[in-house]
Amino acid sequence: MNSTANNTVSQPGDFPQSRFHNLKHSLRWVSELPAHTLLILTSILMLIPLLYIVSVSFQTMEQILQGGGNIPIPPTLEAYRYVIEEMNFPLYFRNTLVIVSLNLVGAFIANTLGAYGFARFRFPGREQIFALLLASLMLPFVVRLIPTYIMFYKLGWINSFLPLVVPSFFGSAFYVFLLRQFFTQLPNELFDAARIDGCDEVSILVRIVLPLSKPALATMFIFVAQNSWNDFMGPLIYLQRPQLRTLALALYAFRSAPQGIPTWNNLMAIVVLMTIPILILFALFQRYFIQGITMSGIKG
Amino acid sequence: MKQAASIEKGFTAVETTTKKRWRPMTRFERREAFFGYLFIAPVVLGFIIFEVGPILASLVLSFTDYDILSKNIDWVGLANFARMFKEDLFYKSFNNTIYYCVIYIPLSLGLSLFLAVLANRVRRASTFYRTAIYIPTIIPSVGAAVAWVVILSPQFGLLNGALKWFGIKGPGWFLNPDWAKPAIILMSMWVLGGIFVIFLAGLQGIPNEYYEAASIDGANSWTSFWKITLPLMTPTILFNLVMDSIWAFQVFQESFVTTGGGPLRSTYFLSLYIYDQAFTYRRMGYASAISWVMFIVIMIFTVIILRSSRRWTFYGGGEQ
Repeated sequence: MNSTANNTVSQPGDFPQSRFHNLKHSLRWVSELPAHTLLILTSILMLIPLLYIVSVSFQTMEQILQGGGNIPIPPTLEAYRYVIEEMNFPLYFRNTLVIVSLNLVGAFIANTLGAYGFARFRFPGREQIFALLLASLMLPFVVRLIPTYIMFYKLGWINSFLPLVVPSFFGSAFYVFLLRQFFTQLPNELFDAARIDGCDEVSILVRIVLPLSKPALATMFIFVAQNSWNDFMGPLIYLQRPQLRTLALALYAFRSAPQGIPTWNNLMAIVVLMTIPILILFALFQRYFIQGITMSGIKG
Repeated sequence: MKQAASIEKGFTAVETTTKKRWRPMTRFERREAFFGYLFIAPVVLGFIIFEVGPILASLVLSFTDYDILSKNIDWVGLANFARMFKEDLFYKSFNNTIYYCVIYIPLSLGLSLFLAVLANRVRRASTFYRTAIYIPTIIPSVGAAVAWVVILSPQFGLLNGALKWFGIKGPGWFLNPDWAKPAIILMSMWVLGGIFVIFLAGLQGIPNEYYEAASIDGANSWTSFWKITLPLMTPTILFNLVMDSIWAFQVFQESFVTTGGGPLRSTYFLSLYIYDQAFTYRRMGYASAISWVMFIVIMIFTVIILRSSRRWTFYGGGEQ
């Protein structure tokens, strides 16, 4: 953990360590007032819907239908009880967790290998292949959707997790790019030293490159986890059996269930419950996150 | 500088020409190349199986009446395209998609750049602002869409409740054909945190010395935004513009989950049309044809952006 403290990029937004508030500082504070006002306003606008979602999940349907974003007094856990006990939440949670974990494993293996290959080996056609991979980032996924579906259909993989899991074991251009940028910035001497010490390629990657690439890996893990946790289109077309549903798909199914008014409190309880794991993940890796994006040079 | 370089070039000319010319690889180089190919093999295979292959297959399918269930495939030539250009629903969904893009793309890019510049400038509470702006993107998008149905409900929703407070009678949002598209754009704006973060990363790459030098020269923050920040941010703007447009063209679950394309098809986007044709009616050939038209439109748009970008992007110091 300590090793990362050294290479933290100093950011213009960082508050200086000095506790002395001299005149210059207070002047600056005043000159920043309009910016703060706008940012506070935006932050409030961004956070209100979040609080509202949480608030609705603690209300009864009668309270919700009275309207107007009222605070739930007294708050009721009924929606959470119902979601967990009657709506099969644990099953959908488990399904989602299985898919996400396998995606993380697949993305980790394929993308680190691929990125390492592009970053540290010279071979004919390297730049061209890499450019092609990058160009594929600009291809709309909708165009690939139908043939990919037909392929998995012919393989008999509909109503299994395979279509949602197997592709990740072949990596993805975006993460290869992200990691490659990071790997190429590591000093060459490191690799030479390791080779002289008799390290083979795989152990250089595992023992030296990966431990030094925590920000990039964390960024990848957050993106992969978030994408597969939130994936909707995939489960929608590949998983028709109710017991295979992921959380996102289950939520959609409950929302569009034909009988009566949707029970918004239950739906919002699902939203809250399915956000918590991703929120925890984000909180854990947050400090690497912007650093990873900055260093990868995604910005252009 | 240039002279020195050319002198050096003269000295090393012999060496570089021999290097450039093809020659058999040494044993060591061959070993390195072998490992290189081995490491990238999964990614390249994936690229062929899941990217190139499907896109070509989709082009072939668009000339057939393939429906996945029947054994025989008939070659129908351009019939799918002819049919598409006669179909009202195609024009409707196409226009809806363009409407969404034309409003959403400039709005999201402009606002997130503006917010990123502000959040980058302030010294206090910057982390709080960043987190507050980014956090909505963490909510699973289906969850966010369902939540916005509640927020924008005309009977009991939060927004119309708040508007009533100010004496304004709010519109029907998702239930009103005139307001459903703005509602979807509003919802999309809530999750601009993804673009915002990339802008923020770009801004942090601008050396502070530039601003210091400018302020010594007497530039105010307005001038330094136009003369320093904006030119140096053009590569990031280009990146976000291209990626954001590609995503915006494919807008799907924002309307699929909230309105299902209604009311009166006012939020029926191209991707919903493709989805319905492919997975509701099993017209895989026809759906592929629509997806290719969409692909071509996106490509034209992207090429225009990239071509024009040579005139408006600025790469400082020659680095990418």
